[in-house]
Amino acid sequence: MAAAESYPDELRYNAEHDWARIEGGEATLGITWFAQDSLGDLVHFEPPEDGAEVTKGSSYGEVESVKAVSDLISPLSGTVVEVNAKVVAEPETVNEDPYGEGWLVRISLADDSGGGDLMDATAYRAFVAEQ
Amino acid sequence: MKLIYERSQEGRRASSLPANSLPVPDIPDELRRDQPPRLPEISEPELVRHFTHISTRTFGVDTGFYPLGSCTMKHNPRVNERVVNLPGFRDLHPLQEEDGAQGALEVMWRLQEILAEVAGLPAVSLQPAAGSQGELTGLMLMRAYFADRGEADARTKIVIPDTAHGTNPASVTMAGYEVTPVQTDPRGNIDVDDLRGKVDEHTAGLMLTNPSTLGLFDENIEEITQIFHGAGALMYYDGANLNAVCGISRPGDMGFDIVHFNLHKTFSQPHGGGGPGGGPIAVREHLEPFLPVPAVVRDGDAFRFDFDRPKTIGKVRGYYGPFGVFVRSYAYIRAYGPALREMSEVAVLNANYLLARLKKAFELPFDRLCMHEFVLSARPLKREHGITALDVAKRLMDYDFHPPTVYFPLIVPEALMIEPTETEAKETLDEFVDAMLEIVRDAAERPELLKEAPHDRPVGRVDEVKAAKRAVVRYLFEDHPDLSEETGQARQLEAQKGA
Amino acid sequence: MSFLSLTERDREEMLAAIGVDAIDDLFRDIPPGVRFDRELDLEPALAEQEIVAHLEELAARNVDTGRELSFLGAGIYDHYVPAVVDAVLQRGELLTAYTPYQAEMSQGVLQAIFEYQTAICELTGMDVSNASGYDGTTVAADACYVAKHVTGRARVVLAETLSPQVRQVVKTYAPGFGLEVVEVPHRDGVTDPDELGEAARDAACVIFQQPNFFGCLEPAPDLAAAANEAGALPVAHVDPVSLGVLEAPGAYGCALAIGEGQAAGNYQSYGGPHYGFMAARSDYVRRMPGRIVGETTDVEGRRAYVLTLQTREQHIRREKATSNITTNQTLLALAGLVHLSWLGPQGLREQGETCMALAEYAKERLGLPPLFPDQATFKEFAIRVGRPAEEAIRTAREQGVHPGYALRRDYAGMEDALLVCVTEKRTQKDIDRLVEVLAA
Repeated sequence: MAAAESYPDELRYNAEHDWARIEGGEATLGITWFAQDSLGDLVHFEPPEDGAEVTKGSSYGEVESVKAVSDLISPLSGTVVEVNAKVVAEPETVNEDPYGEGWLVRISLADDSGGGDLMDATAYRAFVAEQ
Repeated sequence: MKLIYERSQEGRRASSLPANSLPVPDIPDELRRDQPPRLPEISEPELVRHFTHISTRTFGVDTGFYPLGSCTMKHNPRVNERVVNLPGFRDLHPLQEEDGAQGALEVMWRLQEILAEVAGLPAVSLQPAAGSQGELTGLMLMRAYFADRGEADARTKIVIPDTAHGTNPASVTMAGYEVTPVQTDPRGNIDVDDLRGKVDEHTAGLMLTNPSTLGLFDENIEEITQIFHGAGALMYYDGANLNAVCGISRPGDMGFDIVHFNLHKTFSQPHGGGGPGGGPIAVREHLEPFLPVPAVVRDGDAFRFDFDRPKTIGKVRGYYGPFGVFVRSYAYIRAYGPALREMSEVAVLNANYLLARLKKAFELPFDRLCMHEFVLSARPLKREHGITALDVAKRLMDYDFHPPTVYFPLIVPEALMIEPTETEAKETLDEFVDAMLEIVRDAAERPELLKEAPHDRPVGRVDEVKAAKRAVVRYLFEDHPDLSEETGQARQLEAQKGA
Repeated sequence: MSFLSLTERDREEMLAAIGVDAIDDLFRDIPPGVRFDRELDLEPALAEQEIVAHLEELAARNVDTGRELSFLGAGIYDHYVPAVVDAVLQRGELLTAYTPYQAEMSQGVLQAIFEYQTAICELTGMDVSNASGYDGTTVAADACYVAKHVTGRARVVLAETLSPQVRQVVKTYAPGFGLEVVEVPHRDGVTDPDELGEAARDAACVIFQQPNFFGCLEPAPDLAAAANEAGALPVAHVDPVSLGVLEAPGAYGCALAIGEGQAAGNYQSYGGPHYGFMAARSDYVRRMPGRIVGETTDVEGRRAYVLTLQTREQHIRREKATSNITTNQTLLALAGLVHLSWLGPQGLREQGETCMALAEYAKERLGLPPLFPDQATFKEFAIRVGRPAEEAIRTAREQGVHPGYALRRDYAGMEDALLVCVTEKRTQKDIDRLVEVLAA
């Protein structure tokens, strides 16, 4: 059962429809409501390994639905500290709760993590309206 | 319907072998089979019944109209089946000495000559097993050609339009190249302004099908040829849509340097539920040295293989290619002779007739005459009634038609790609139009009928999400799961590609 | 033209509905510079009976196994194809169906492919099979592509005893894949596990053949172990007909099992079309090339079959696909399924044992020195004929017998070596005739 459309105010967003929740020196990453709606029911999450380097603007993994594959494009640079095992086991969690239980990875931020140009919720909502 | 493994009974057997009392030599323990494979144990009557049911639950061109765009689902002549099963072809070993295979070699040589004439390019290899393999072979030829000229490191990119079939970029990657995409303009041609900026000394070539997957002939093809050849690059023709232009416009004359044919599309090899096919290629003189070995050549009255091709890319598959497919295609073309042109003319006539009668009921992305196929958009139905191209496809099944290709090409939303082929009768086309128009009316008046279609097939809409998540890809015998325990909500593939 | 259904009147009505005067008007978008304005230079059209007569005349110039007693193998085999295979392949629905993308129209062929996948997994001891590859050579290239992505390594190792055609095809694909190819020479007709293990360090995979091209039985479990220890994927290229008597690759540590399916259910057909099979452990399912059919349910909870994991394939993943393969060899693979179902597990074992027993009888009666006397064999064996093998072949064929394959065509230093194949279609009398003809 998919969630209702929403773009939480406390998150930051990139143009590839990934979100970041920044808390101190760490960030949690995931994909937005728009992304999961375009893909359809997710059937697979291909995560990075613990400790892997993640670079802003580059792919850190993949999600798949029946009809499409999508690279996960990181909004920030850092190192993976945790992968959400629940999503690995039940990828549809992302459709049900993309910002809560459907988080994908947690990273510790690099010194120059590059968050300066990310969109806030208002800007992202406007961006989605143009898609 | 049961699986054949569910019809198995221990001790049943269909096979018989001649009696043999010779001793069987020992096999070393570590190499000997421990547990027998759990193949079906079934009698011949049960076997025949099982596969008869399998076939009656399958829809073929023999069953009804099959307008899949870019697949060219034309009638498969029965005489082809008779000749391919002649023992002289069927029971011939590929390593038989050449003097014992002259008839086979002659079939291959004659087919080569025919394909060269149709392509307008002199040198042909019949080896590739299917269109995709023809594509990969063509790209390998490009690589070998440029390496021979010392340009291999420089030329790393292949230009592909955004309407391209997925095999094109997949082949590009397998050949070690990078994709440079180019856009389509509002008339459905390659956007030449976009193209000019993307072709340079790093370009190896273009992969294009013409007419395109939109069913439209690229009006700028001559300029496109100049751009690529001017940059020292090559042009590759994907022959998937050749059914539109045989004897009317030749790829070699359009400027292409390498062409692949799909024998299972244009030249009537039956599709067999997914294959086999044949993907022979024709090339310009300067690419001939790189063709796969062996070549089939004529020496006076005799035919032979020529393995002496020092610059060959090698072999792309075993032996000489799908020989049985050659026999069928050869017999097919011999039935037409020079009138092969008529095949394309009628294919284009049938498609334009359907287009003329259907275009007002749907959205027409490009307002031009089409070639052998055309694309409509069901977007208005989605906006006004929530009915998608997928729903249209599923409802067509209830009229005993195979649906057209849906959701391809990617640049048209809610795409329906329709290719009737030349073998259909006008009455069939009219029935199809009537069905489509009724579906459009039902979209407004009885949408739930469409949403819940098909109603008259052995199964309703299948749950593709469950299939992908559970990944039950073989029968697991005692451990086989019962998937119906979990809720059977149909969550359907909206972006099925049928091309 | 009998394949067209339109009448003259139909054409007129249709042109009117379109709003053009003549068919030629439909091609007005084609620039004049690329119009083909003459007639195709093709031979005149033939009526159906003329087509048949013409092809019969061509077929009559081929010496097929009905006209020559054949002991020729070397990759394509004269096994018995039962009548039920012909009967099933002639069913028009299966013959003329497309790839089953619309599941509700194609439950029959989808189920049959699922049954085929099951049969291949049973034969090879693996967890997942695809719906077929082109042939026994291209599936080896496919296996290399899988191994490259799984291991990240850039080299593949091939046993020299792997079929020469398979090796040549792998070498043709390798540059585009960015792979280096290394071969391990045979030692007395088989592969040495230590040498293989040494070569396999830094290799993505190792491909060996069982039985190998010489007909010899390789120390397959040791080869797989050596590869695994070196971190390379062991890939066994196997004869489907041998898998009733020889152990399944999945049982001795292989990652992938591949092969040429022709021996199970297809006629020789001058080399094609046939089918390649590929099966793997479940770890590799997402990297498998080719179509895969999965089981599911429909809206009513009924069991149903559907193409699944399509995100691997070209039409979705495009340039990142596991392969570009689209059209495959489904109909020939279904022939394989019918054949294996006809055989059953007992029949498959008996067929394998019969081939071995007859081959042993042939070895004894021929009394010619074996090329590799210390090796066990399956249905083929190499002997030394005491003169150039091609000469022996020529004189035998003059007497209506094809005695086998001249190994010098692919291997240096084997001028007098003949690879003789004995299938269950040969009788003891046939073998006695071979002996007679080779002794002459």
